[in-house]
Amino acid sequence: MKLNGEKIAKYALMTVAFSALASLLLIAVFIFKEGLPFMLKVGVKDFLLASDWDPQAGKYGIYPMIIASLYVTFGAMLIGAPLGVAGAIFLNEFVPKQVMRVVKPTIELLAGIPSVVFGFLGVMVLAPFIRTHMGGPGLSVLAAAVILGIMVLPTVISISSDAIGAVPNSYREGALALGATRWQSVYMVTIKAARSGIIASIILAMGRALGETMAVIMVAGNTVKIPHSVTDPVRTLTANIALEMANATGMAREALFATGIVLFVVIMILNGIALSVIKTKVRKK
Amino acid sequence: MTTRKPIKISVRELRVFQGKEEGLRGVNLAIPANQILGIIGPAGAGKTTFLRALNRLNDLSPDTHVEGETLLDGQDIYHPSFDVVALRKRVGMLFALPVALPMSIFENVVYGPRLSGVRNRKRLDEIVERSLKAAFLWDEVKDRLPMSGLRLSGGQQQRLCLARVLAMEELEVILLDEPCSGLDPISTAKIEEALTILKAKYTIILVTNNTKQAARVADDTAFFLNGEMVEYGPTGKIFTVPDDKRTNDYVTGKFG
Repeated sequence: MKLNGEKIAKYALMTVAFSALASLLLIAVFIFKEGLPFMLKVGVKDFLLASDWDPQAGKYGIYPMIIASLYVTFGAMLIGAPLGVAGAIFLNEFVPKQVMRVVKPTIELLAGIPSVVFGFLGVMVLAPFIRTHMGGPGLSVLAAAVILGIMVLPTVISISSDAIGAVPNSYREGALALGATRWQSVYMVTIKAARSGIIASIILAMGRALGETMAVIMVAGNTVKIPHSVTDPVRTLTANIALEMANATGMAREALFATGIVLFVVIMILNGIALSVIKTKVRKK
Repeated sequence: MTTRKPIKISVRELRVFQGKEEGLRGVNLAIPANQILGIIGPAGAGKTTFLRALNRLNDLSPDTHVEGETLLDGQDIYHPSFDVVALRKRVGMLFALPVALPMSIFENVVYGPRLSGVRNRKRLDEIVERSLKAAFLWDEVKDRLPMSGLRLSGGQQQRLCLARVLAMEELEVILLDEPCSGLDPISTAKIEEALTILKAKYTIILVTNNTKQAARVADDTAFFLNGEMVEYGPTGKIFTVPDDKRTNDYVTGKFG
């Protein structure tokens, strides 16, 4: 068999593609290999639903951290989703094209700001503000939710705005020709047509918020406790792994891998939902 | 020959500028009520621009402006105090490509009435049945009204769009922009049949690339060329003994 340029290129690319895939797969396998036996040893129910986390004393309940992650993530979505979707609608429907061409890339650049910078702003500005006006230590569910809500804005805005931009102009004209006002055509037609893209943007943003670590460690307070108010400090799943890994050995180390499995599974489920939402849209067309 | 009916729309020296292009160069036309006006002419003649001027859809394009006088029942529709949204409810439009909105068949039809605030379920049901029957679509879809309008065939979608226009209770004028250009002969025939019945109630303006269609359904026909209206008269005359040589050349197929 003669090797020519075509074949070399093909096999070279194949090798690169497979090694990328393989490294991802190996990471997944490794996390499960390290964490799963631990989960079975402690008991899945005790691990997920017990409230005491004290690796030195052999207590490995991550329930407070699951709750914390959920609160912080949904709080972030409560802030980021409406703001982001409203921003995307405004940019696409109510602003001249030239403005949109400047503003949208600027917002997308926001995604490049390192999370530690957001965290720092949270610590220096937001936390003191919450402490003086709402009580509590300042570092809290609320602080984390607000910071994450802002951090996910670029994701929500750019993906929803692509979806809204992809709605055919004929839909808008069709609605307007039937006597719809500008706003009626937006909320009765444009948003409906772009719905799947908007939902996908929110789910992807949720995945980002759930996985974010640095900013959350800085502003959430990191106490392992089920929060009773938005001003209570919390520790999320991601923060737990980052904070404890330095001095974790043996069982404690395995417990962190098991925490990783929980995160991994939740994010996989969110991404799965996002993908299937996007796919249903394609199939309908 | 047509009997003289009251004038529904009267257009005097209508000019439409699109950027630097002059899309319409001073059109004069008096359109009588309750009949079908066919507008024929080659691509780029200004037919669609003319139609879109009549319900002010041209307003949506940022660099377009309109001069001249356009009267609907004697009122200037470009007067600043004229309500554009109300205008578009009275002057409905059907586009070349069917635009079924991404919602159920039922919701597509009641879109206009809903915008006007009709909520009574029984009344909406009546509107849907009446409009779909008038558009010759009722028998094909009556058992699947909750289905998405996007899943209908092209011909059915176009009739759905017609039903949606007919559902508007304020409707007086129907503008059709090459409504059958992408349709099969059977759907085309159904739309044409619907139009000949509907003219008893509405004033209809039909832009078409298909001169035979104008000959079949239009009472009067206007021939447009390069942004001007070349000739306007009873359809029979336009197609047999037109005054202008260019009209004759077009309808006999010498260019187009």
